[in-house]
Amino acid sequence: MEERDDIIEYSLYNHHDEAEGKKQRKKIWKVTLILSIVTAVEVLFGAMVKQGSDMWLTVKVLFILLTVVKAAYIVLVFMHLGDEKKIFKWIVLLPYLIFMVYLIFIGLTEGAALYPRM
Amino acid sequence: MSGHASKEMRANVGWDGKGSPFSIGYGKIMMWFFLVSDALTFGGFLVAFGLTRYSYGGAWPIGEETFDALPFLSGSFPLAYVALMTFILIISSVTIVLGVEAGHRMDRKGVTKWLFATIVGGLIFVGSQAWEWSHFIHGTKFGRVEISDGSTATVKGKFGEIQSFEIVRPGSHYEGVGEKITNANITAEDGDLMHAFQHAAAKRKLSGTAGAMMITLHDGTVAKVNKAADQDLQLLIKVPGRDHAVSSAADESTRIHEADGSVSLYYEALSKGNVVYGANLHENEYGPQTYGHFFFFVTGFHGFHVSIGIILMIIVFINVLKGTYEKRGHYEMVEKVGLYWHFVDLVWVFVFTFFYLI
Repeated sequence: MEERDDIIEYSLYNHHDEAEGKKQRKKIWKVTLILSIVTAVEVLFGAMVKQGSDMWLTVKVLFILLTVVKAAYIVLVFMHLGDEKKIFKWIVLLPYLIFMVYLIFIGLTEGAALYPRM
Repeated sequence: MSGHASKEMRANVGWDGKGSPFSIGYGKIMMWFFLVSDALTFGGFLVAFGLTRYSYGGAWPIGEETFDALPFLSGSFPLAYVALMTFILIISSVTIVLGVEAGHRMDRKGVTKWLFATIVGGLIFVGSQAWEWSHFIHGTKFGRVEISDGSTATVKGKFGEIQSFEIVRPGSHYEGVGEKITNANITAEDGDLMHAFQHAAAKRKLSGTAGAMMITLHDGTVAKVNKAADQDLQLLIKVPGRDHAVSSAADESTRIHEADGSVSLYYEALSKGNVVYGANLHENEYGPQTYGHFFFFVTGFHGFHVSIGIILMIIVFINVLKGTYEKRGHYEMVEKVGLYWHFVDLVWVFVFTFFYLI
């Protein structure tokens, strides 16, 4: 390939050898296992614990926590955001998280004010 | 992976448009920014969904009661199908990240293999979603009824099969009193026995009680419905009326069982035409109208993203086969499409939790 000196081709820095690849593949399969188990646990709880039972609130919070865990694995490992520069990681995550926390807070507050509609 | 670039740059070229302070290619940065904006869109949908759901209380459908069907099988399998869909998408997310890893080693064969696997996974997911939509739109055999005290109930149980319509008074098409109409000789207008039955129920052309129902078909033929008895018919009150409070998923005793007269209540509602089958944009049998809107919009918008992802991956796949990226010296395009594909998986993880589980 012809080298160009007027641009920096960052993608070339992403190349790695077989030894590094082996390490990465191991990590990928490990995360796959974790994601599958978490999904299985969610379905199990969803099928076993009925909505409205005493346990339901606990299970609901558990669902949300497990979902955030799954999301973190997907974003940080599969999407490699954990491997990017710290500044880039936070430029992507921070504005989004700040806005979503605000939106969820507003949504829950307004939802409580609307209830009950029936 | 990261952090190398800053070492390679001369200080005087670092900030004049040649270098990136993030050490990432332009295309990948833009893909990330696009995904952030797209995540805001989906985040907005899900928060709006949560707000609406909260404001409806008990009338809102429960995931494990609404989505308990599997293709080719009857009976109740709560959440099994969506769990399968979730699993398919997670696995396709794994295959694409393996493809990206192969790209980093310039392993063209590996990229080809994993990209192909991901496309197949994506197609299976979209196919599954098509089945789920079709099932959602056509609805259950029972539908949702408004019973005599004004309360609204969804129905669970095993629907007794309709064997035939026995002609009592012939109309313009069917003739011969006492002859039986089956799926073999029914008109195209009536569709099949089940379709004709539901159509008649919704149009108030069904009368009588559970064991002895009379149906009026499209051509005016009046016939007796020969139907096996339903098994374990339960009414789940969603909107309370004079005599019934909202039933809860946790408490079996709040449901109306056969011993409490669920059968007669159900067929009385059918004969009055107080029934809704399936779903469209005006009404649905599962819950409030808004529920249908959210189902179609959230899962539809996600399915649209999946479809776009498949198209992008097919384009990249063709380029991999042609050797475009081999010539370019890197497989960053696979990485960019990969990011998008992971995002689609990520959205589904949240849809799965908030739409189906909670």
